[in-house]
Amino acid sequence: MTATATSPDTSAAEVPTFDVTLRIRRFDPDAKAPVPYWQEFTVTAHGTDRVLDAMHKVKWELDGSLTFRRSCAHGVCGSDAMRINGVNRLACKTLLKDLAPHKPIVIEPIKGLTVVKDLVVDMDPFFASFREVMPFLITSGNTPSRERLQSPEQRARFDDTTKCILCAACTTSCPVFWTDGQYFGPAAIVNAHRFIFDSRDEGATQRLEVLNDSEGVWRCRTTFNCTDACPRGIEVTKAIAEVKRAMITRAI
Amino acid sequence: MQTHNYDVVIVGAGGAGMRAALESSARARTAVLSKLYPTRSHTGAAQGGMCAALANVEEDNWEWHTFDTVKGGDYLVDQDAAEVMAKEAIDAVLDLEKMGLPFNRTPEGRIDQRRFGGHTRNHGEAAVRRACYAADRTGHMILQTLYQQCVKNEVEFYNEFYVLDILLDSDLTAAEQPAAGAPVRVAGVVAYELATGEIHLFRATSVVLATGGAGKVFKTTSNAHTLTGDGMALALRAGLPLEDMEFFQFHPTGLAGLGILLSEAARGEGAILRNSEGERFMERYAPTIKDLAPRDIVARSMANEVREGRGCGPRKDYVLLDLTHLEPAHIEAKLPDITEFARTYLGIEPFTDPIPVYPTAHYAMGGVPTTIQAEVLRSNTDVVGGLFAAGEVACVSVHGSNRLGTNSLLDINVFGKRAGISAAAYAAEHEALELPEGPATRVVAELDRIRNAPDGEKVAELRQTLQETMDAHAQVFRTEESLTLALETVDDLRRRYRSIGVQDKGSTFNTDLLEAVELGFLLDLARVVVVGALARKESRGGHFREDFPKRDDDGFMYHTMAYARPAADGDTEITLDKKPVTVTRYQPMERKY
Repeated sequence: MTATATSPDTSAAEVPTFDVTLRIRRFDPDAKAPVPYWQEFTVTAHGTDRVLDAMHKVKWELDGSLTFRRSCAHGVCGSDAMRINGVNRLACKTLLKDLAPHKPIVIEPIKGLTVVKDLVVDMDPFFASFREVMPFLITSGNTPSRERLQSPEQRARFDDTTKCILCAACTTSCPVFWTDGQYFGPAAIVNAHRFIFDSRDEGATQRLEVLNDSEGVWRCRTTFNCTDACPRGIEVTKAIAEVKRAMITRAI
Repeated sequence: MQTHNYDVVIVGAGGAGMRAALESSARARTAVLSKLYPTRSHTGAAQGGMCAALANVEEDNWEWHTFDTVKGGDYLVDQDAAEVMAKEAIDAVLDLEKMGLPFNRTPEGRIDQRRFGGHTRNHGEAAVRRACYAADRTGHMILQTLYQQCVKNEVEFYNEFYVLDILLDSDLTAAEQPAAGAPVRVAGVVAYELATGEIHLFRATSVVLATGGAGKVFKTTSNAHTLTGDGMALALRAGLPLEDMEFFQFHPTGLAGLGILLSEAARGEGAILRNSEGERFMERYAPTIKDLAPRDIVARSMANEVREGRGCGPRKDYVLLDLTHLEPAHIEAKLPDITEFARTYLGIEPFTDPIPVYPTAHYAMGGVPTTIQAEVLRSNTDVVGGLFAAGEVACVSVHGSNRLGTNSLLDINVFGKRAGISAAAYAAEHEALELPEGPATRVVAELDRIRNAPDGEKVAELRQTLQETMDAHAQVFRTEESLTLALETVDDLRRRYRSIGVQDKGSTFNTDLLEAVELGFLLDLARVVVVGALARKESRGGHFREDFPKRDDDGFMYHTMAYARPAADGDTEITLDKKPVTVTRYQPMERKY
């Protein structure tokens, strides 16, 4: 879960405005000699502003060429994962005031995926790994006319991993992924977990075989970076451990 | 410039687009174009549920659901369409379950259901448990499940492609229109690839618009930055009508000052709205179903409390959503995301303290007019061959002047499916047309103009003025005076937009350029909203005129059809026409809750 706060009296109006400096890693592929560089911008922020608000201020008032993805702006679409002060987070879910804004806030693209421009990375390898784990319900036999039954307890078994928004914060925080781009990465394993532990699903064996690959779950070194990075509070490392255990005890 | 050939091209990869794609791709060669990655679409932000009369937890039937939808829409709903939606809702939910959607369950293992605003038993007796849900992440689960099925079925996506023109075989933008009944067909679309700046032509027998809403017309909104009404604006510019655009829904419970959505499910689970005196004020406005009245009524009641000085906070400009009497474990199980939003963005602990809320622009009831087969209309009666629309971009009309909560997730599934089937069927019966001469000329010229404008008007400045104007003058309360002010501002902004410029001149991932294009869409749509609102001198559903506070069935029981037609000054002007409302079972009655 994210930051909890103190009392309801701390309303937006009472948090003062302040100046904040963003130190942003930039890369323009259209430049004559494209090389990454750092650039600092200072903007005035309000009490409850998020990192995304400050970045929009830069883009809209100072430098329109600053490029990043964003859409929903409240932590559910997964567009704006970036490395903020060395930690993977969603820019729209990170409040400036929680980051010691008297010092420059360092913003870089997430690591391990090719940088396209500024904070935009190529997401295709990430989604390719997702597709490889067969992230869909696999069933056999006739389709029932009503819903398949599932008890609340069975439903709860995989609840945590249904929350994934495919933002890639976990996968691109993983040291194994940084050095080995072939590794499926935590997000793909989370999405495999979501189906392996769904009582309605019959594809666990196939998925476990995929993940038993040399680039599968056994590459995980349990550093917990992924769990710390997940903006949805998914216990990613635990999910990976459960998949490992399933491999040993039932399928392999 | 690349040219692609498909039977069906679907524009947009939210719930409606992907639901259409699942049908269409099984029957015809299909491409889905999205300006985002599919899982970024705003369907994922929907929270509370999807209504269907499954009757899993208490007595219910689709006829009651139809009635609630018609009454909720203040009788501007086309009743044949509402009946289709309520009937097909049951299979739509079961389809999703079979695809793997992890609904919350009853102790017996069936799909659980909960209460939602305006959904009642037996024509208004009491709230009914009709909304099927997955915690407060129902939209997220729908979007993920549909994407999973698209992966399974190897649906072909073009991600981060912006569609910037719809190509028809006849010019509908001229004053002279094709005769009634004359065939008009779609030939394809022009798209811009964000990664490279390249223009792509998609030649297609059928095109499905599923681009979602236009909430960014307003400042305070639950909508994503990317909800700029692209499909609606492209249709308008192609000479097609937009229906009922003056009806915009303001969701009662946006996080105060931010507009972030807090689901109506909170009130469905027992939360209460209170004013500065601690009063449960909805008892005065809707004595029977109180906090679970439809959204237009609750939003207006809240705005009225604030206006009469009973608002909360240092500026007395919001009311409170109180969950503190509910069990923390219950809140945690049923409403985990929205409580986290309150903690993250306002620093409020909802277990112990009430949450500041105020209405937020949420949903366009209007849009591109369609038949119940999702065919796009070019007039009250004629369709455009091969062109379909579904979801928020469309106006069937199942929502009339005010959409009931959960009916949008239902709409995208029912009419997304219908659009996919219709599009594939049309493609099977027709040959693709040749693209018109110079298909991308208009788009290329517009992009070049914006990119090369020397030190022009600034996108952010114009957009901010637009959004602030719409919030101030075309929101929950409207008058002739406020709307006239809004129209003057929008007209002025449209003039200034002609010299819009951008700083980023590059070809790779130029979001600066696309934000300028999107602003153009917003300005065109804001004009239609305001012109329609000025002309509708009555109050109905989401459109409330303080100078005409009553519904006027004799004068205004019709759909507005707005067209952009050539004006003397070389620009366009908005002309309004009327389309009759389809009434089947339910004659208009006074709307009380």
